[in-house]
Amino acid sequence: MESNSSIVESFKFFLAEIGELSYFTSCFFKEVFRPPFEFKEFLKQCYNMGNRSLLLVSVTGFIIGLVFTLQSRPTLLKFGAVSWMPSMVSISIIREMGPIITALICAGRIGSGIGAEIGSMRVNEQIDAMEVSGTNPFKYLVVTRILATTFMLPVLVFFGDTVAIFGSAIVENIKGNVSFLLYFNQVFDSLVFSDLIPTTIKTFFFGFAIGLVGCYKGYNCKKGTAGVGLAANSAVVYTSMLLFIIDFIAVFLTNIFYG
Amino acid sequence: MDTLNTKSNLIIDIKDLQKSFGNNHVLKGFNMKLYEGENLVIMGKSGSGKSVMIKCLIGLEEPDSGSIMVMGKYINQLEHWKLDELRTEIGFLFQGSALYDSMSVRENLEFPLRRHTKKFGIIEDTTPMVMEALESVGLSHAIDLMPSELSGGMKRRIALARTLILQPKIILYDEPTTGLDPITSKEIILLMMSIQKKYNTSSIIITHDVDCARVISNRMILLIDNINYAEGTFEELSSSDDPKIKAFFK
Repeated sequence: MESNSSIVESFKFFLAEIGELSYFTSCFFKEVFRPPFEFKEFLKQCYNMGNRSLLLVSVTGFIIGLVFTLQSRPTLLKFGAVSWMPSMVSISIIREMGPIITALICAGRIGSGIGAEIGSMRVNEQIDAMEVSGTNPFKYLVVTRILATTFMLPVLVFFGDTVAIFGSAIVENIKGNVSFLLYFNQVFDSLVFSDLIPTTIKTFFFGFAIGLVGCYKGYNCKKGTAGVGLAANSAVVYTSMLLFIIDFIAVFLTNIFYG
Repeated sequence: MDTLNTKSNLIIDIKDLQKSFGNNHVLKGFNMKLYEGENLVIMGKSGSGKSVMIKCLIGLEEPDSGSIMVMGKYINQLEHWKLDELRTEIGFLFQGSALYDSMSVRENLEFPLRRHTKKFGIIEDTTPMVMEALESVGLSHAIDLMPSELSGGMKRRIALARTLILQPKIILYDEPTTGLDPITSKEIILLMMSIQKKYNTSSIIITHDVDCARVISNRMILLIDNINYAEGTFEELSSSDDPKIKAFFK
């Protein structure tokens, strides 16, 4: 009986969260087109999120390309299909692995950062201070950050994909004596337009989700330092879940339109 | 401070303000009037609803019932952009200063200024206004420092400068001397008095500090049992025989 009521309570909480997140999203769309525009803050956030994530995304991308090629090589050799390596690596990285792994990394780095930053501003009454000075904290803090993640994530994914393929090319160059020119020729031969468009669109949604959930959790942070920690933590958990859901929907739709 | 002789211009009028959080009735019919040029001190125990009242007054909390009139406008009937305009006439000094810690002192002061083009026009160079506000609090040398480089007293002064930069007619102080040493507290109190004289502002000061209340108040309200229990000058209240009132001045 007790466990039933706790399930009901959890379900109610889940529905309430969905409702509040939807309302938060509608507030974003209401504010994003209404002047004045905080362009300077938007650029600052783009720099913070893009430039400062570049190293992390590069290292991760490079290692993924490297490891993926090293792990797949023996199996492809067994089937005499090692010449398919550039095609296999590029398609799997560009279509799926690059976007989702970069997005997950950014959920951890950017999403938690936004949640903690806005959360601590809420706890220290800085958001209230903005509001009482007659400025719109939602526009300044939330809109700029969501826009920045939405536009920066595709750039980071593109960069991460490139580095990952480069990592794979290094392994092939060392292990299989394949020249970089040949490797990249095969990569570009195997890629078609329908590989790039859906995946690029998907990354905009990934970026939007990271910014939205981070801001939502921070903006509605409960009082106290524990609240800030919880905001940062739940921003990562919720965003990761949301990313997989978006990915599933994106793959499903891509199969319908391009399958 | 002497009692104000003229009470002609009413600028804040709160009637029957009620606010609850769940079953916790924080305000049970609070009434208050503030007149132009007056320093009104509100004292009460922790949890008596002082901060909630002041947040209702500035529109950060929505009251359950009652009316709040500020400079002739009922704030619960105002559209958001009109409330923002009215907020430029009301400064708020937060208990924890609430400086934006990712911005320098200069940026903290410029932040509200650049967004109120209707009141100030488009300002090409904000430096003179920033400097004037900083000079009013005696911290013009701190213009390029970050909040993390400031002491508690300096933060409170910078926060005061940030409220002054919008040239408000009313300043709300939420426990301005809490957490400061006695000397810095005294400096802040003197600063509040000099600002009131210089800018002719009206103030509501929420405090637990009896010394602060004695020095700065024209009139006081004691918030006890979630209502305004007693009202009068510091001398009147401090000489009361009521044990609930006496407890504040021991």
